[in-house]
Amino acid sequence: MAEKFKLTIVTPDREFFSEDADMVEFNTTEGEIGVYAGHAPLTVIVKPGILTITQGDTVKNAALHAGFVQILPEEVTILAEIVEWPGEIDEARAVSAKERAEKRLSEKNGIDVARAEAALMRSIARINAAKLK
Amino acid sequence: MASMRDIKRRKSSVQSTQQITKAMKLVSTVKLQRAKGRAEKSKTYFNCMYDTVVSMLSKAGDINHPFLKPNNSPKKAVIVITANRGLAGGYNSNIIKLVRDNEWNKDDLIIYPIGSKGKDTFARLGYEVGEDYSSAIEEPIYADAMTISNQVLSDFAAGRVGEIYIVYTGFKNTVTHIPTRLKLLPIKIEDERSSDDKAVLDFEPETEDAIDLIIPKYITSLIYGAMIEAVASENAARMQAMDNATNNADDIISSLSLLYNRARQGAITQELTEIIAGAQAIS
Repeated sequence: MAEKFKLTIVTPDREFFSEDADMVEFNTTEGEIGVYAGHAPLTVIVKPGILTITQGDTVKNAALHAGFVQILPEEVTILAEIVEWPGEIDEARAVSAKERAEKRLSEKNGIDVARAEAALMRSIARINAAKLK
Repeated sequence: MASMRDIKRRKSSVQSTQQITKAMKLVSTVKLQRAKGRAEKSKTYFNCMYDTVVSMLSKAGDINHPFLKPNNSPKKAVIVITANRGLAGGYNSNIIKLVRDNEWNKDDLIIYPIGSKGKDTFARLGYEVGEDYSSAIEEPIYADAMTISNQVLSDFAAGRVGEIYIVYTGFKNTVTHIPTRLKLLPIKIEDERSSDDKAVLDFEPETEDAIDLIIPKYITSLIYGAMIEAVASENAARMQAMDNATNNADDIISSLSLLYNRARQGAITQELTEIIAGAQAIS
């Protein structure tokens, strides 16, 4: 697996990551996928989860919440609406957000279920990412 | 001729105004630098977003997606981005003119103001004003753009509005800002050239579902981009306006100084003439 591809992760506010990588893994609406160089052209939608970037022996993790990914054979571009390194995550806040979302979902009276579910998934992704620090 | 004291008082009043305009100019220069930096940083994101949407739509062909065709409502939603504060030259009025002076019928519009100057003006002119997002323009963050785009998209989906426009001031460079009107929905991408340069993309999930998910993100990014550019333009416009004001104050001060000196000299001459005349009368 000598071949590398160019991985660019951009958010509306900054260029989050732009380096060569061996592999990148993340969660999509169709399930988790891992991408190597030479992948068929594909565009997928991101679901909240952990983003794992492998560069040789080093592995980097981040929490990726929303956006979509454009995969080309030599280039992968992640257009992320929200993405955070583990160091940027406030774990205590994520835990309380998770409890709040769970409570809302269990009560289920006149709430926006889709929104609460999305909040729950985001907080879980944040907690998991923060543990990988 | 005005008395020396009057001239002096006017001069000091102009001087203190000049101090204020100078300070405002410096503040907007700093803000402009920051806004410009943000606009540049976000550029990659918008370019990628645009490429993806273009290739997606050119591939999707003529599928019948609600986002791609107008619905029957005659109403138009217009997101109008102005400033919360004035003293920025023609910045706010140019935007208002752009909304008012065109083929749009006043009764068909629903204004979603971002920026209280626009909100107040359109409310006064009797336009229908929707939700107000003025606080968002102080410090544009992506979450605000998401709220706004959710609101207009749900109005569009519910059939309350048939078309969505955004009116903002595009930032070309520090001296050139272009009031811009952009149609957000239904989407019509004019040039489809970029679909040829890149390999044809596949979509997962299916293209129709992908459009459902990606178009709102595209709209959000357009709104966010417009907000960032508008903030940069606002500060550049204010910087220019305040620079002009400072220069004008300089001009006024120098002409007042001239007047003051002339009046002083006149007073001295008069005094001397009186003394000499008095001395001659005695001798």
